Amino acid sequence: MSLLEIKNLRARVDDREILKGVNLTLNAGEVHSIMGPNGSGKSTLAQVLARRESYEITGGEVLFNGRDLLAMKPEEAACEGLFLAFQYPVEIPGISNAYFLRSALNAIRKYRGLDEMDAMDFLPKLREKLKLLDMDDKLLNRSVNEAFSGGEKKRNEILQMAVLEPKLAILDETDSGLDIDALRIVANGVNAMRSPERAILVVTHYQRLLNYIVPDRVHVLVDGRIVRSGGPELALELENKGYGEMDGAARGASPA
Amino acid sequence: MATATQALQNYEQTFSQFEKSTAGRELAWLQNLRRGGFERFAATGFPTMRDEDWRFTNPNAISQTAFRLVRNGHSLPSRDRLAPFQIEGVSCQLVFVDGRFAPGLSSTEKLARGVSVGNLASEIAKNPGAIEKHLGRYLNLERDAFGALNTAFIEDGGYIHVAKGVIAEEPISLLYVATSQDFPAVSHPRNLVIAEENSQVTVIEDYVSLGGGQALCNTVTELVAGDHSVVSHYMIEREHTKSFNVSTLRIQQGRAADVASHSVLVGGALVRNNVHPVLAGEGGECLINGLFIGNNRQHLDNYMLVEHTSPHCGSRQFYNGILAGHAHGVFHGRIVVHKDAQKTDAKQTNRNLLLSDTAQIDTKPQLEIYADDVKCTHGATIGQIEESALFYLRSRGIDEVSARRLLLVAFASECLDRMKPGPARTHVEKLVQEHALVIASPAGNGDRS
Ligand SMILES: Nc1ncnc2c1ncn2[C@@H]1O[C@H](COP(=O)(O)OP(=O)(O)OP(=O)(O)O)[C@@H](O)[C@H]1O
Ligand SMILES: [Mg+2]
Repeated sequence: MSLLEIKNLRARVDDREILKGVNLTLNAGEVHSIMGPNGSGKSTLAQVLARRESYEITGGEVLFNGRDLLAMKPEEAACEGLFLAFQYPVEIPGISNAYFLRSALNAIRKYRGLDEMDAMDFLPKLREKLKLLDMDDKLLNRSVNEAFSGGEKKRNEILQMAVLEPKLAILDETDSGLDIDALRIVANGVNAMRSPERAILVVTHYQRLLNYIVPDRVHVLVDGRIVRSGGPELALELENKGYGEMDGAARGASPA
Repeated sequence: MATATQALQNYEQTFSQFEKSTAGRELAWLQNLRRGGFERFAATGFPTMRDEDWRFTNPNAISQTAFRLVRNGHSLPSRDRLAPFQIEGVSCQLVFVDGRFAPGLSSTEKLARGVSVGNLASEIAKNPGAIEKHLGRYLNLERDAFGALNTAFIEDGGYIHVAKGVIAEEPISLLYVATSQDFPAVSHPRNLVIAEENSQVTVIEDYVSLGGGQALCNTVTELVAGDHSVVSHYMIEREHTKSFNVSTLRIQQGRAADVASHSVLVGGALVRNNVHPVLAGEGGECLINGLFIGNNRQHLDNYMLVEHTSPHCGSRQFYNGILAGHAHGVFHGRIVVHKDAQKTDAKQTNRNLLLSDTAQIDTKPQLEIYADDVKCTHGATIGQIEESALFYLRSRGIDEVSARRLLLVAFASECLDRMKPGPARTHVEKLVQEHALVIASPAGNGDRS
């Protein structure tokens, strides 16, 4: 059984169709990448999978671990092991980062019938992950993402992923806004998470990240459809040629 | 419901009986004070929405109800029934039941030397001269019918005196319990808090109810903060949602006195909380911090009058409101900077979360500046719970109700963070958690009344 099976998924917002029949299958242990021009629907796909309710599903089906993902609430999807690293992480004044992380972990543990972790047990675990991502301890006592730099926000997403240990991690442009050192650190953090039980879906515009996190498959999303799939070499080709031809392919494709 | 005239007649009758039977009636100054209060009240009557100070709050439900004093012969609640209202870590708790001191329910064992806490009625009997020096000296009855009415019916309340240089470590709590009567019951607690020069104290006024009877609690507290004193005052309104609560905190600040007033309104049907500091000595600092959380048809009105009469003083008003259902909140912050109050720094901020289309907030800053070298700022915001923040929390596994609650508490924490860590803040944090949970729940953010 595949970990994630997206079949002909369609979604819209405000009467505008954005996903126009997406098909994608991800097996445990695999890393896939989605590339595509601005506005093609990559984040929409990521958010729909994370169950954001502002997107209306107009067709298709998604199975996550064999279960109907589209019937889940965002918190259920998370508890079932789905994680989205946001393209634009949200600032939440008044909630400390450490408290947020522990609340999230405990919500997931509770769902799985595990005991809640108190602050004493949690902090050492957190510190260890912090080190892995070369993050400052001080970020734990600050409000979630508030006044974090762009790079700190992206690292904070990966920190959350490391703490929550999802089965499927979707990274939406986690590389944008990172300098080369930060990119390497984040990529190391992601690679440390690679395992035969886990799958990772990397949304990016650039080949650079894929030098560090080498994907098994690369998909090209144009205008709400996956117009091409291939091996890692496809990312290179795109970097050189752009999406021009793919655009044509999308327009030429008949509506499913 | 009675007409306004009937209600006034009712008060006249009640007052003439009260005058003849109340404690301390042999003291001429006290009788004069009471009579002056009643005459003022009789002359103006209750306010209406035509009064500038009552533009957003309709006091008719109060003025047209024939409230009566709870006199002799009513039974006191058991200690057990008051157990839920204990505040952990306070040095003492005085309990007033329907306005009257209940010594058997109160505890004052743990008081430090130089701190006296008692009820006003006994203090007047023991030491009238000391009380006469302060009682009624600060409250301005001109624009305040409820203050006048309270003054007419002065009988009992909390009395706190902290001697020069003394630091009262733990907070002193005053608990006002409204019991259920078979008639609309009124009480007029009158409190006097005197912090002498260089002393420090924290006072909590806590308003609660037992049973569901209709009641009006009309309180006045005169707080004298001596030179260089540090005083924190908490007003916590958590009565049931049929209660009327009108309160005035009149603060008289001396030189370099540092006062914090924290108002926490989470209960009551119609609540009006007046905070009126006068910064009368140079270098005084006053923080007027408030949090109001309303649901259903609650009406929570925060009225501030901040008077700067001396130079180099600072005042900061910060009020956060969370309103759900058909709740209506009011923030009316008036700042008056008198001619001599140069170098005043006055700030005012009111932030609100409206959780339904039917919740409402009226916010009104009012600046009157008669000095030329001052800094006054004000600002107000209205917002909702942000969908993106809610989704972010939920996407990490936190269920919707918990996520909403977290965001509400986070919003409230702006106010909580301004309270000094200690028993009073811990108590307020617990209350906020409870009320945030009610409002965050699907049934809570509606209209159940
Ligand atoms: N909540 C929304 N409301 C209105 N329009 C939206 C919403 N979300 C996405 N869109 C629109 O849908 C289209 C796809 O957006 P999406 O963010 O999925 O693109 P993307 O592929 O992630 O682009 P980028 O590479 O710039 O991140 C865009 O035209 C965008 O404006
Ligand atoms: Mg995007």
